Parts: sequence; structure tokens; C-alpha cells
Amino acid sequence: MSRPEQVAPADVYYNEEEAHKYTTNTHIIDVQKRMTERAIELLALPEDSTCFLLDIGCGSGLSGEELSENGHVWVGLDLSPSMLNVALEREVDGDLFLQDMGQGVGFRPGSFDGAISISALQWLCNADQRGHVPHKRLARFFGTLYAALARGARAVFQLYPQTPQQMGMITAAAMKAGFTGGLVVDFPNSTRAKKMFLCLFAGVAAEVPKGLDGTEGEDGQAGPSMPYSRKDRDAHFGKGKGKKAATKSRDWIADKKERRKRQGKDVRPDSAYSGRSRGPKF
Amino acid sequence: MRLLTHNLLQCHVKGCSTNNYPLRVEATNVVHKEADFNPEFITHMLQKIEWNALRTTASALGVAELPEILPLSMEGQEELLKQIHLVLMETHIMDGKLVCPGCSHEYLVTHGVGNMLLIEDEV
Repeated sequence: MSRPEQVAPADVYYNEEEAHKYTTNTHIIDVQKRMTERAIELLALPEDSTCFLLDIGCGSGLSGEELSENGHVWVGLDLSPSMLNVALEREVDGDLFLQDMGQGVGFRPGSFDGAISISALQWLCNADQRGHVPHKRLARFFGTLYAALARGARAVFQLYPQTPQQMGMITAAAMKAGFTGGLVVDFPNSTRAKKMFLCLFAGVAAEVPKGLDGTEGEDGQAGPSMPYSRKDRDAHFGKGKGKKAATKSRDWIADKKERRKRQGKDVRPDSAYSGRSRGPKF
Repeated sequence: MRLLTHNLLQCHVKGCSTNNYPLRVEATNVVHKEADFNPEFITHMLQKIEWNALRTTASALGVAELPEILPLSMEGQEELLKQIHLVLMETHIMDGKLVCPGCSHEYLVTHGVGNMLLIEDEV
């Protein structure tokens, strides 16, 4: 599957249809929610206090709802009008802006107590229009964001960099703007559960939090979405006890349908004819 | 858009760095939405907002008449805090435009969503 940022610019890609997924697809909602929870945790805000936060690439307001649930007041920026329309329909609590983060964050110095961004920063590495120069856009974004944050505030970006070079470019731009901090990688050993958080500090040098690796115990915090132990992995890939169902067999079809259902894809309902044998061909 | 957010917003057109605040509100629709009163948050935000800008905006929109000078300590100022809460958190600009006093750039506001996009040569 190709990445959204390789398909079209954000304001084009997130059209009505794509935005609609963000309200109906439970898998997307669940993943977004969990990443936001983790991002809030990494923000390390003072406990039980209401903070004024910025959500960059707020989209349909899924991450914003999570911020509201945690009692914070927020402002969201997004480039896609369709996504913002969905956010309006959902009646989110935050103030919304149609804004391109590469054009800078137009807020007064020291406005925010923190900033989060879920799966948005990698868009900045694209040059979608004539005149877009990624490193200039990154510099402008980080420069204005640094100014808009209060001293001691953090900015946490969950992102999907395409290449290590891209990650390097983003980090270098952030450091140049004056941020300190670094990358937090959760579940580095799992291809799918692996999540990267760029954790930046404005004005203070603090220790970069450690990434989760699935050994924290069952405290319900950002649990792994993929098995990580040897035993679980073997079971998942059908090693050890029990063999994988033969390809195209009835069990195999049932497994596949089950799996695709979990992924939130369209699956035909089971019937007496699902995976029945077809008899010998002429 | 809450007036709280408006108070923290400045024009970000290239080269417009002086006299780019506060954005003048030319609203066609301002609504009042109830919000939970949180005195700690209001006191916290008072450090960040620009009082004079808030005062002029509030009186221009006819929401409330705020005192000229903010008391040094907010303790025991329940009435004033409630008034500030009404202005900051419960007053929303729904439709209209925000105009930069310096470069006269107009930022449109529709359904409460501010359009902060700039065209190429303004970045």
C-alpha cells in the first residue's frame, strides 16, 4: 500500500471520502486515539491542570477529542477543508484553523503550553506546489512553532518518516530552530506496532523519555497492537503447535475474512456457500 | 473561534512583523456558547493574553466592558474572573473576517474556522 503523502498533497488527498473514514473506521479511530494518548503522556504536562495546547494536523479532531477528555483547551490546524468539515460535524471543542504548517504557525510568542501532532509532520517533506522547498518550509514551521510555545513547553510529533534521511532533515531543522530533544521509538522490534515520536523541548534541556518496548507490564498504557513475545509470534505465524490452514481451504478463507474484518475492510457475510468445494471441473 | 484564540493570533504574512496585532474583528456572526468555568485556567491564560487588545475587542463586539487595568492579584476577584471567562471562553466568532492592522490582509472566518492560508508570495 502506498503512503498517503506519496499519492497527493494533503488538501487533495484528504477529500470527502478519505475524511469520512476518520469517523467510521474503528481501526483508524482506535490507532489515532492510542497515539494521542501516548503523545499526551510524552508531553509530561503538570498533573490535573488545564493547559492550552496546539494540535498540528488535527484533521477530523480525533486527537483533539482525546485532549478535551484530558481536560485541556486546544487549537487545531489542518490543511484539508474536508477533514475540518468532519471536525465541525463532530462538534469538537477546539478552535479550528485552515492552515498550512509549512507557512508557519501564526501565533504570538509563548502562547501554548505544548503542541502535539499525530501523523502529520512527514507531509512537510513533500514539495507539492511550485515554490515549495521542504527545508525552507521545515525551518519556517519549527521557527514559528518555537516562538509560539511557552518556555519549557514540549512538542510531541508522531510521524512516519519514509527514509532515515527524511528523519535527519526534520531533526536538523528542529535543532536549528532551537529545540532540544530527540526521537522516542515505541516497540522498535515490531514492524507494525513501531511508532516514532519526535519529542522536542522549547528552551529547556530535559532527558528524552524512553520508548516502550512491550516489557512495561500490563498497566494498560499504549499496549502493543502486535504480539512481541517469541511465543506469541510463533503462534501468530503458525509455528509451534497447530499448522496454518492450507491455502484456499475453508479454514483459510474464514481466517482471512476474520483478519480483514478486524482491519475494518469490507467483507461479505458468511454463508453456507463460503469456501465450499466446487466439485471437479470438466 | 474563541476570543482567547483570537487574542493570541497575529498576522503572519511575510514582512508584516510590526503592527501585526491585534487582528481587527469584522464579524457578521458572534455567538455565545456555554463553557465550564475554570478559574485556574483563566488565571493561567491571563499571563499570556494581551489585556488591552482583549478589552478593545470585547467592547467593539459589545460583549462586555472590562476594566482598564487588570488587578495585580486575581484572588477574590470571582466576579471579574467570570466576566473574563465570558469573554475569553464563551464568545465565539463564527463568521466574518479578521483584518491585519498593518498590511490589511484579511483572514476569513467561516463556521468558526479561520482561514490562515497565505498565497505564495506572502510566505
